[in-house]
Amino acid sequence: MCNQAVGLVAAELERQGIATVALQLLRVVAERVRPPRALCVPFPHGYPLGAPDDAKLQHAVIEAALRLLEDPTLAPPALVDYAPASR
Amino acid sequence: MGEIEEFPLAVRLLLRAYPWRRVDPVPWAPLQRPLAACRLALVSSAAFVAPGQPPFDDDLRGGDPSFREIPADVDLATLRETHRSESFDHSGLARDPNLGFPLERLRELVRAGRIGSLAPRHLSFMGSILAPGRLVKRTAPEAARRLVADGVEAALLVPV
Repeated sequence: MCNQAVGLVAAELERQGIATVALQLLRVVAERVRPPRALCVPFPHGYPLGAPDDAKLQHAVIEAALRLLEDPTLAPPALVDYAPASR
Repeated sequence: MGEIEEFPLAVRLLLRAYPWRRVDPVPWAPLQRPLAACRLALVSSAAFVAPGQPPFDDDLRGGDPSFREIPADVDLATLRETHRSESFDHSGLARDPNLGFPLERLRELVRAGRIGSLAPRHLSFMGSILAPGRLVKRTAPEAARRLVADGVEAALLVPV
């Protein structure tokens, strides 16, 4: 449900002109709800940035998300899997 | 990737049968200038509340669609996680709020010049909203208006 709520809020922000990137923990939900720009992360619920007290991993996830914001080749809905190689 | 299989049977059945709200058409607002010049807001659905703010109401039918404004200068150690879902492990969030509300990471990115600036307020929702009608019609549009009023150009959204 968290994934849906975040996707719906992202869509509303985008409607009002704000560029968004949403993390998503369940690809099947992201495919159905369709947030405009989403990064699917390979972590369990409760751990969207990967691990507590792991600034390096948290930064890697955020950086991957920010790159989606900057990617001019994406089209809506953009749903991209977080690649461990980008860590 | 999170998997539906990580949940208990009753939750799995609900997730499989649930009529997910489809965004259609999908809106698209690309960045208008480099991120290093943009103002970014954080939006989390981990139900964090700042000192003095009421917790989210788990008794509201269909879920609590309200949101809290988290001041940009908040001390993360003072945030309280009030998400009452029993479907996920809360211990990581209790240990490090950045796991679901990565404000310290974003402050570091501003200091590093990766992001231009942060919004004066960030937004906190509680994600367990089974009936998202009020969220879609009322609270999400109001949340977006406040971010627009703050000159926000980009947002990072984090579910739990």
